[in-house]
Amino acid sequence: MADRLFSTFVFASAALVVSLMLWVLADVVIEGTAHFSWHFLFAEPADAGRAGGIGSILVSTLWILLIALLVALPLGLGVAIWLAEFTGKPSRFAPFPARNTGMTLDILAGVPSIVYGLFGNAFFSIYLGLGFSILSGGLTLACMILPVFIRTCESGLRAVNDDWRRGALALGMTQTAAIWHILLPAARPAIIAGLVLGIGRATAETAALIFTSGYVDRMPGSLLDSGRALAVHIYDLSMNVTGGDGAAYASALVLVVLIIVLNTLAQSLVDSWFKRRLAA
Amino acid sequence: MSDAVVNDEKMNKVMMDERGKRLINRTDQRLSLVLRLLAMANAILLALIIAFLVKESWPLFTDKGNGAWLTLFQSDGWHPLEGQLGMAPMIWASLAVTLGALALALPVGLACALFLQFYAPVALSSGFRLLLNLLAGVPSVVFGLWGLTRLVPLIASWQPPGASLLAAILVLSLMILPTVALTSAAALAAVPRELTAGATALGLCRKTQILQVIMPAAKSGILSGAMLATVRALGETMAVLMVAGNVVQNPSGLFEPVRVLTANIALEMAYAMGGHRASLFASGLLLTLLVWLLVWLATRMANNRCAANSHQMVSSHG
Repeated sequence: MADRLFSTFVFASAALVVSLMLWVLADVVIEGTAHFSWHFLFAEPADAGRAGGIGSILVSTLWILLIALLVALPLGLGVAIWLAEFTGKPSRFAPFPARNTGMTLDILAGVPSIVYGLFGNAFFSIYLGLGFSILSGGLTLACMILPVFIRTCESGLRAVNDDWRRGALALGMTQTAAIWHILLPAARPAIIAGLVLGIGRATAETAALIFTSGYVDRMPGSLLDSGRALAVHIYDLSMNVTGGDGAAYASALVLVVLIIVLNTLAQSLVDSWFKRRLAA
Repeated sequence: MSDAVVNDEKMNKVMMDERGKRLINRTDQRLSLVLRLLAMANAILLALIIAFLVKESWPLFTDKGNGAWLTLFQSDGWHPLEGQLGMAPMIWASLAVTLGALALALPVGLACALFLQFYAPVALSSGFRLLLNLLAGVPSVVFGLWGLTRLVPLIASWQPPGASLLAAILVLSLMILPTVALTSAAALAAVPRELTAGATALGLCRKTQILQVIMPAAKSGILSGAMLATVRALGETMAVLMVAGNVVQNPSGLFEPVRVLTANIALEMAYAMGGHRASLFASGLLLTLLVWLLVWLATRMANNRCAANSHQMVSSHG
């Protein structure tokens, strides 16, 4: 009897969650497609976003994302390699910077995005004088996704079987060659996972961008112009613009689809790049 | 078995040392140097984050009105333009929203994990997992939009004004549910097969197997997943900002509008000056400290799990 009750609870919870999630997704898709058109995707916003489209906002979003990834990827991958291959196993006797890095990065990965927004506003916008610009927004997002990206790549590299390292050593490969030709391709799934996490967080981010890349919804002329990201646009439409719900839902649909597309793209790019290197 | 492991580790260390001595060639040296510089740049960047939070909130700690920062924790009202910076209601609201969301998401999320791992047929389970992964990637602002246009009117038709503590708790619990379910499912999947087999052999019914044998074995994994979800709930800004009503008051009822710490930063940063601005940075610092505490707890739990696992290995082989 108790067994029956328990499994009823499990099935009921799963059914509840599935129906709630389908409700959210269906709402976004149905309301979104009702207001969506190709014109909407490419036109400039008009009438505070109620009319027109999201062309300039998409451009700003992609620029911000590009800057964040350009800064975070090489830096993060380099630090992950250094942590996993040059500092030994994490222990109390590891060299100083590596000793506490794990937990420090975990803390920074958990720090609320709005706090990164505060930092970005104080450092990039005011201290470095970049103002409210796409550049300071992108750099803020780079700081935000760095800890997660480093942690994922590092754990992937650490998980590579030591036999591969010994094999490379036995073949007389330099460490550089071993990392480039063996360890990085072997850690490919983790690198992809880190990339997907980073892209997802950066594209979805609103709070960190309000005070760094700003609200201006014109087409950005340069990286020092303020540019409104798609997530900020949704926030603004739903909170500050009466009658903006239709456009907000359409933007939400575009944002969700954009994240899925970018993730698939990143996944296949990284995959094919590593495959070519393995074959060569 | 354990001897072999020790030997293997020794070998490994020796080889590492030899590699270090023998195989220093110029490319490797350059790579090492470049990576070290990158790591240093990264460390500086991350140190800057803390440094700037402290620097910007510093006026509060040194102010002539000595102990101005203590007033942050008092509830004499949040009137930043008159210099009254009592943040206590918002701290309470943050805690109430986070704990409420956890109270809803933990049991339901755990049930979903059990469903994924033990109850669902394979096809259904992979479909469910896909849905959870998809939902985990939906931006918070989209959840906020949905809450604002669907949930808030629904609650308002029952108990006005609608934008309330309850709406925030519901939206937030929906947002952290995928995290709880997926991490718990991973922890449940990592439970050794022998335990389940042993429980079946003892003739325990399914509920007893799960509650008495498998869940205790997966406890630390489930708890550290819950910590992750707590961190996410505590730091969530936009979704809560959009549905919570944002009135600064102590959370006294489920249908009262509240304002949480993160939402307060987002709302007031645009025009904050002087002590007001410093107090916003101080609340950012406070959030960082809370995250620190939670991560520390989660790390301790993960370490306990490692210790427990190795203990298990030794005893099973001994």
